[in-house]
Amino acid sequence: MATIGAVPIDLARGRGGGGPAPTRIVVAYGFWIFILSDMVMFSALFAAYAVLSGNTAGGPTGAELFDLRNVFIETMCLLLSSYTAGLGALSAERRQPGRFLIFAGLTFVLGAAFLFIEITEFAGMVRQGAGPSRSAFLSAFFTLVGTHGAHVAMGLLWLIYLVAQVIVKGLRPAVLRRLLCFSLFWHALDIVWVGVFTLVYLMGVQ
Amino acid sequence: MLGKLSWSVIPWNEPLPLLSGGVVVIVILAVLALVTIKGWWPYLWREWLTSVDHKRIGVMYVLLGLVMLLRGFADAIMMRTQQAIAVGDAQGYLPPEHYDQIFSAHGTIMIFFVAMPLVIGLMNFAVPLQLGVRDVAFPVLNSVSFWLTATGALLVNLSLVIGNFSRASWWGYPPLSGLEFSPDVGVDYYLWSLQISGIGTLLTGVNFVTTILKLRAPGMTYFRMPVFCWTALATNLLIVATFPILTATFVMLLLDRYLGMHFFTNDAGGNQMMYVNLFWAWGHPEVYILILPAFGIFSEVAATFSGKGLFSYRSMVLATLGICVLSLMVWLHHFFTMGAGADVNAVFGIMSTIIAVPTGVKVFNWLFTIFRGRVVFRTPALYLVGFMVTFVIGGLTGVLLAVPPVDFVLHNSAFLVAHFHNVIIGGVVFGVFAGYNYWFPKAFGFTLDERLGKAGFWCWLIGFYLAFMPLYGLGLMGMTRRLQHIAEPSWQPLLLVAEAGAIVIFVGVLCQIAQLYVSIRTRESRRDLTGDPWDGRTLEWATSSPPPAYNFAVLPRVETIDAFSEVKRRGLGRVEVTYEAIHMPRNSPTGFVTAFFAVVTGFALIWHIWWIVILGLLAAAVTILVFGWSDEREREIPAAEVAQMERARPGLGRAA
Repeated sequence: MATIGAVPIDLARGRGGGGPAPTRIVVAYGFWIFILSDMVMFSALFAAYAVLSGNTAGGPTGAELFDLRNVFIETMCLLLSSYTAGLGALSAERRQPGRFLIFAGLTFVLGAAFLFIEITEFAGMVRQGAGPSRSAFLSAFFTLVGTHGAHVAMGLLWLIYLVAQVIVKGLRPAVLRRLLCFSLFWHALDIVWVGVFTLVYLMGVQ
Repeated sequence: MLGKLSWSVIPWNEPLPLLSGGVVVIVILAVLALVTIKGWWPYLWREWLTSVDHKRIGVMYVLLGLVMLLRGFADAIMMRTQQAIAVGDAQGYLPPEHYDQIFSAHGTIMIFFVAMPLVIGLMNFAVPLQLGVRDVAFPVLNSVSFWLTATGALLVNLSLVIGNFSRASWWGYPPLSGLEFSPDVGVDYYLWSLQISGIGTLLTGVNFVTTILKLRAPGMTYFRMPVFCWTALATNLLIVATFPILTATFVMLLLDRYLGMHFFTNDAGGNQMMYVNLFWAWGHPEVYILILPAFGIFSEVAATFSGKGLFSYRSMVLATLGICVLSLMVWLHHFFTMGAGADVNAVFGIMSTIIAVPTGVKVFNWLFTIFRGRVVFRTPALYLVGFMVTFVIGGLTGVLLAVPPVDFVLHNSAFLVAHFHNVIIGGVVFGVFAGYNYWFPKAFGFTLDERLGKAGFWCWLIGFYLAFMPLYGLGLMGMTRRLQHIAEPSWQPLLLVAEAGAIVIFVGVLCQIAQLYVSIRTRESRRDLTGDPWDGRTLEWATSSPPPAYNFAVLPRVETIDAFSEVKRRGLGRVEVTYEAIHMPRNSPTGFVTAFFAVVTGFALIWHIWWIVILGLLAAAVTILVFGWSDEREREIPAAEVAQMERARPGLGRAA
């Protein structure tokens, strides 16, 4: 980053004493703040769902639409993909591009499986006449779950792009920083999904 | 092929928007022609449009805010004139259809494209300098933020000639803003321009929180940061915490309008009050997003122009953070009349009263800072005094409105209009003008003309009281806001006084334009060669005016608050230092290119031209992919060059 003259590196940089923090810290920290803002956006969508979940306007309810077995498989795919993403991040930190590529591939497959199950579920609901414009409940459902799904889809595209960078450039510091941001993003999507699974599906089938 | 777009969307039969739009188009074309003839494009492109220097971006933000201030102020004068003459049998000159667009545009522009760019621009310029560092955490992102804000401003102005703007006021409550009652493109202009500029603002928030928490000069612990940096931190935390709520809310309204969903519709279970709650969950923190940096500017101005340190720095910081937290808990006072019940209203009424306490602490701190100081009444100091008197009045009427029974009487009345203009003009606008006069010499290397600056201040102050004190009275007499026609003739005298006030403010604006013009013409005689024209206390005055691209050749070491005045007090001379190579971010066209595609995509979304939407999104994706691939984002300034530049600078700072 910047020249910090004679200031010892081991001082707690960024917290006051030692001057500007190193780039890796700054990038990860900034991305954390961005993820927090994304969480706030999801919280607004959750709030809207909580307000509207009972407003079915004579249309189907969650208990009639949700298939918990599917949702369970879907959830397992996403949680496992977080695990493989974590292993991938560890291999990248240890400069093991081969292992990283294997785990990135597994993460992609599991994420894509999650997305496939979700899209199948959505398509099934639309076929039954329970699309997003049927009732306020369904508008809120499709928007909340669909926004999460869109994040997963963006994450998958991002992962392809990062894998391409790893293959072309190798695990150099700039690429490692981007991988770190991707890991943060992918795990955050898990946290959101735990909320969706509980508030939308588990509470919805009662 | 072109969606809803056709020749008939241009308002051929309405002379006013066509004329004003035509003037704007001619002015823009004239500026473009001048730039082309003079051959300024390469310079503009290299030094400004692609610049990622926080100081340049700050200047562009302020310029955007000032230009849009003229637009918003023109709307204000038109409304005041309409209300002053459309009384009784007279219908005035603005039909309701047009008047409704004007008050909607006035509010939208003044909040999002005047107050926000001005506040963010001053933060951009001053915060890294005050922290003693070379740039913000993410310089390219900073440029993207600015250009997305500019995109929103451009889209709002396009609505002047192509189609129409929203008639649903600056907050766009459904069901009026829904498809059923606003089927034309007005609300879409409103929603998309605010969505695009909102993303820019959110990225600014992320950028500045990271900058302030992770990038500070060696030794600058939290409690050595200038108060303006503290208020900037609080503001940006609020941006990160609340702008996503606005984004989500607008997404829902857009889904209602574009895909027939039912978040806020009358039928199929929609809930309009949810929009109102979500909107103000962002909207109330937003007013603190605007006012907190103004508080910070006044803190700097009070200390500098009183020649002594700020009174009770720690209580000022705590009050700032207290306001930051409390501002998230008062949103319901914007709609006590919703019918949430006595208990809920009581809680929010009490919270709204409590938030006045830390604000009161701040006012006393400024008073005690001035007390027994050697106050130098330069233009920023005048704004400080004008602010303290005016803002306290606005704050008190706010506490009054926080009492639910009173609010039931005054809800949506001219009293409310007077209240929030009282705090926004008396607080935010005065604060921004103080900051503009205060930091101008730092940005451009010469001071602004004092005589015209002071004339501008007095016109704004007197004009403000003339324009808005009558509205308090009119509100108590029962006048509601947003009236296109006044049925009650006894209100006219006060409305004429308000009109006179608007004209006095207009004279103030003319004084400010003259101030800028005269100062530029006479800049050779008003050069600031010391870098420290006001005997400043914080680090931005420790470098030259204007600062070099890298701000500080050697990062300053900070040992106290008011670091620069401490250095001056101890009389440390200029020490000969060994310069090291400096790494600075390279210029990047990413922001400008992103904005270009954002304009195209936004316009196509508003007019339902789907193939352009797809092309625009693809182009934006390519921009991100190209930028995301690059690694060489910094350039090195060799040590020898730094040393040469440092020696060439005239009479630089008594210490560095």
